[in-house]
Amino acid sequence: MKHNAWKESFMRGVFFIAACASVLAVALICIFLFANGLPAMKEIGFGKFLSGTLWRPKNNIFGILPMIVGSLYVTAGAIIFGVPIGILTSVYMAHYCPKQIYRPLKMATELLAGIPSVVYGFFGLVVLVPWIRNIAKSLQHAGIIRQSGNGNSILTASLLLGMMILPTIIGVTESAIRAVPPQYYEGSLALGATHERSIFRTVLPAAKSGILAGVVLGIGRAIGETMAVIMVAGNQPRLTGSIFKGVRTLTANIVIEMGYAADLHREALIATGVVLFVFILIINAAVAILKRRADHE
Amino acid sequence: MNKKNDFSQKMHSYLRHPASLIMMILVKLAALITFTVLIFLIIYILVHGVPYLKPSLFSLHYNSENASLMPALINTVIMTLLSLLLAVPIGIFSAIFLAEYAGKGNKFVDIIRLTTETLSGIPSIVYGLFGMLFFVSTCHWGFSLLAGAFTLAIMILPLIMRTTEEALLSVPDSYREGSFGLGAGKLRTVFYIVLPSAVPGILAGVILAIGRIVGETAALIYTAGSVAQVPSSVLGSGRTLAVHMYLLASEGLYMDQAYATAVILLVLVVVINTLSGIVAKRLTKA
Repeated sequence: MKHNAWKESFMRGVFFIAACASVLAVALICIFLFANGLPAMKEIGFGKFLSGTLWRPKNNIFGILPMIVGSLYVTAGAIIFGVPIGILTSVYMAHYCPKQIYRPLKMATELLAGIPSVVYGFFGLVVLVPWIRNIAKSLQHAGIIRQSGNGNSILTASLLLGMMILPTIIGVTESAIRAVPPQYYEGSLALGATHERSIFRTVLPAAKSGILAGVVLGIGRAIGETMAVIMVAGNQPRLTGSIFKGVRTLTANIVIEMGYAADLHREALIATGVVLFVFILIINAAVAILKRRADHE
Repeated sequence: MNKKNDFSQKMHSYLRHPASLIMMILVKLAALITFTVLIFLIIYILVHGVPYLKPSLFSLHYNSENASLMPALINTVIMTLLSLLLAVPIGIFSAIFLAEYAGKGNKFVDIIRLTTETLSGIPSIVYGLFGMLFFVSTCHWGFSLLAGAFTLAIMILPLIMRTTEEALLSVPDSYREGSFGLGAGKLRTVFYIVLPSAVPGILAGVILAIGRIVGETAALIYTAGSVAQVPSSVLGSGRTLAVHMYLLASEGLYMDQAYATAVILLVLVVVINTLSGIVAKRLTKA
């Protein structure tokens, strides 16, 4: 009996220690990123680092504003393409789709989520880039835009990211829509509203916190995406106003230059990671707050 | 006859409410776009990649002539096994702690949940940076499969914890009560009664984790490195299939082989997803 009691409390301790692993991991990630990134930021100057518009590692000029803006551009683009289509698709899945085709569609969205980002990036490289290049060229011929670029552009990256965040948005939105009590929909129908009016005027507003959580989660995915963006965005560290020109994102900056960076340059790249990490932490907090609100509704 | 009436009634209603008609069309159009994009992507890559699946692509050693993907495939298997070996026991044990031991309203449990959620939101490039700083530099492992596996283990930990915890919570309490009633202790109940009933759910989570490992690139480039051979030990550097694919495509010299590699990756992902679906279905049947 005594032996058993010892074993019980021993294993309890083992389970507890295992549960601490995730806490330890987050602590280590924070410590190592900040400890390696903040000194470089200090040396460069926080203001100069965050708002500098020039990135010239060879001349020790490190300003990451073009990358911050680049990340924001492609993320905003992904939202413009991905959110409306994602939300409408989840409405289809929850309220339109015949029962027989629901399973295959659900599996298709799961597959969309499972496709590796390099495969998306490759698809973007061989399909979207030439496609956008041709569109830009014909727009240039028509005199609508001045420079057509080579297809690696904000627009291409936005389209690709829009595709990639679809499964995230569809998954979260669909479960938010399904969590709305069916009486809302039925009551609205009984009052004479059409199927569409009932969905868009009563069901969707009731699910808005959940849907917003899905959108914010999609923003997190888009801003953190690396490999696919590198393959289609052009990666020029500059501020630009045209969606047919290339940009470099925070994530791309790290991967492209880390291979050969040393000293302050290397630390500046880690500091780029710190900026990205802070963005992600803010987005995570927003998701957590929205989810909690959705649960309370 | 009835169906026809139904249909014409619907049409009349739509004609009276043009806004509803537009929304209906938009909803169906959006669904069509989503699934067309997926099908187009798969078919495009299959059509362009399958013709390049030549035997030379599967030769045991990589050289600049064959751009063989075999070493990368073997590295992927090693990387998957190593990462699972690290993450699965820790993930399952911590899920047991959360589901079976921790009381409700425990402050520490809230912290664990918060950190797990944080982990699952961190992008893979940040894991890659951390792995490079910690495992590669601080632990002096260099670019190695081991450093890559540790990095990926942290990355998949929240996934395994969440799916295991859900599986454990779906085991009915009557199982536990029955076991306690027969005189079994807590530990015995967990390992002999609760855990076996939760196996399908846990397995579905593990398979999903395999999918993430196979597709991962950003977290591996600066932890496991990019050597195109199978290393002699886990402390050697080696590229996995996804890293191999990225390097082929970005070098631009081996586009045919890149297409073929994309096919292999895509097939792996489809198989893994289907497998996870089948296992999860068994869970709902049981």
